[in-house]
Amino acid sequence: MRTEGTAAAVAPAAPPARAGGFSLAEEIVGKAVGDRVYIAVITGFALMVPLLLILIFWEVALAGWPAMRQFGFSFLTSSEWDPVRGQFGAASAIFGTVVTSILALVIATPLALGVSIFLSEYAPRWLRQPVAFFVDLLAAIPSVVYGLWGIFVLIPLLREHVVPFIRDTLHLGVLPIFSGPSWGNSVFAAGIILAIMVLPYIASVSREVLLAVPRSQREAAMALGATRWETIQKAVLPFAKSGIIGGIILGLGRALGETMAVTMLIGNKHEISASLFAPGYTMASLIANEFSEASGDLHLAALMAVGFVLLLVALIVNAVARWLVWQVGRAAAGGAR
Amino acid sequence: MTAIPRLLVAAAGIGFLAACAPDSGSKGSTTGAAAGAGSGIALTGAGASFPQPIYNKWFSDYAAAKGVKINYQSIGSGGGVRQISEQTVDFGASDAPMSDEEMSRAKGGPILHIPTVLGADVITYNVPGVPAQLKLTGPVIADIFLGKIKKWNDPRIATLNPGAALPNSDMLVVHRSDGSGTTFIFSDYLSAVSPEWARVVGKGKEVKWPTGIGAKGNEGVAGQVKQTPGTIAYVELAYAKQNNLAYASIQNAAGNFVQPTLETIYAAAESAAPNIPANTDYRISIVNAPGANAYPIASFTWLLVYKNPSDPAKARLLTDFLRWALTDGSAAARALDFGPLPPAMAERLKARIDSIAPGSGT
Repeated sequence: MRTEGTAAAVAPAAPPARAGGFSLAEEIVGKAVGDRVYIAVITGFALMVPLLLILIFWEVALAGWPAMRQFGFSFLTSSEWDPVRGQFGAASAIFGTVVTSILALVIATPLALGVSIFLSEYAPRWLRQPVAFFVDLLAAIPSVVYGLWGIFVLIPLLREHVVPFIRDTLHLGVLPIFSGPSWGNSVFAAGIILAIMVLPYIASVSREVLLAVPRSQREAAMALGATRWETIQKAVLPFAKSGIIGGIILGLGRALGETMAVTMLIGNKHEISASLFAPGYTMASLIANEFSEASGDLHLAALMAVGFVLLLVALIVNAVARWLVWQVGRAAAGGAR
Repeated sequence: MTAIPRLLVAAAGIGFLAACAPDSGSKGSTTGAAAGAGSGIALTGAGASFPQPIYNKWFSDYAAAKGVKINYQSIGSGGGVRQISEQTVDFGASDAPMSDEEMSRAKGGPILHIPTVLGADVITYNVPGVPAQLKLTGPVIADIFLGKIKKWNDPRIATLNPGAALPNSDMLVVHRSDGSGTTFIFSDYLSAVSPEWARVVGKGKEVKWPTGIGAKGNEGVAGQVKQTPGTIAYVELAYAKQNNLAYASIQNAAGNFVQPTLETIYAAAESAAPNIPANTDYRISIVNAPGANAYPIASFTWLLVYKNPSDPAKARLLTDFLRWALTDGSAAARALDFGPLPPAMAERLKARIDSIAPGSGT
């Protein structure tokens, strides 16, 4: 399939000769050695990436196998992480990874969509480039700088202003997710920093997708008497939906794997708490924290097993996301278009 | 089992290629061992990050004095133990002694532990209105880190510090989230002074903390303490000194409250030295040492070398360096807030270094 597509792209003007059971690609390949070499090389390159991924999976699984064999399913359900006694369970880290990532998306997605809709639909031309530039610039800040900013600005801000506001002014302290003591270092802080870090990815992709929506789409909605907001809501956004979801998935991937900034803010505690203000742990930060000094074989294997679980979670999330994009794409094809 | 070393070797970086290269043609000049490596690196080592400042100073001083270049990578004690066991480096470094099991797995035969300098942990804290030199005892520290003492005005702290205005505020324990020799020393000390700690938590470079939050590195812990009123934490002495952190006086085994200084950690090693048996392998702990002026949370850090290195030229370079470090290196150690070894002990160690002899490497 891939070969055919490539060959067709090489010679788009060639007549569609399919007689005699030969495909166009085979015919061309048969003629020129250069083409054959070219196809072999790019096929090799294309296969190398999946192969690399499979190799990584294989090596990590192999290295983590002793821990997986010893703890079995309880590795996923236990929060007991005791290097001294050789007890390892990754549940709290899995929980923390998922919760911080979801929190990041919940905060970042509306903001990113707002930015991209503003830039593509409302912003005057002179403002568009500078704002887009600054949003994109967020992606260029090293994560350790985000972490430092978190320690010196975000955490004191949360501890002294945001948390008291949520609890005393809004009286939301009774909710389990806002309960318990708050020191600043928390799942909440990690989620906020992740939101800032993934925002440029979502905003940038969404903006491009929105700008790619055909002018006719907007004009048709306007012609039917839609207001500007109705045009965006009913004609532009549905058209761009699958692309926007793609951007969110990209951001989610970043959030799942982020290490440094998270470990500086999350409190690194093996604990599953209902409260967002409680400290937690993520899989990536667990590996980063303990790998260099892990001395026992089982400890190393447990960290490798955590890496394997992280890969699996990323894989599952991506698969679900692909499926979502596909579903949305179908709905869009049948509906808005 | 084989996959882990393979991954690690890949991760260890090209610095070790010099060490990995087959030791061909190394019987030439005095720097013959460096002949294989174009960079002129004579020896490579890897391990603990805790003593990295003094090791780097030593290696640069030694290169200037003797023209022998030593490359050291602070990849962590665990990595140091694995690298020396796999023979990918000429020496390892660790803040925690190797276990018998780890030693039995070393591929190059028996491994010697050579103590190099003394390090110590201090208890630092941030309580508004409470001055430096808060007095604490071992059991109180253990109960704080076990989560049993939760308030700053707890009677057990108040009785130790009459006159100090202790607030009725919550206490937040901050500990290291990354594995470290600093944590090993601290948990070793708490295990020595608190049976409950030894039973519930134990000692290690990473432990299961009963309470508190984790921060990465000495700088992460110190930053957290500075930022958060009500915190208490442990950091390495050299780091605390260089950053002017407030720290506590701790009651030692003799009953005196001592400040962490170079003199008091030196006193700890000196008072522990007579109890070290003549045939020791130097895998010894000096926490809670008996001396009247001994600071209780102190420890050695070790270089790990093979007793019978396979390469004679490298063996000579290494033993020359070790002798130099134990004598000429002590001034540099003091300047960087690492305690030098007591002279009597350094003398005994020299005999041990002399026993290093090239061999078949088993």
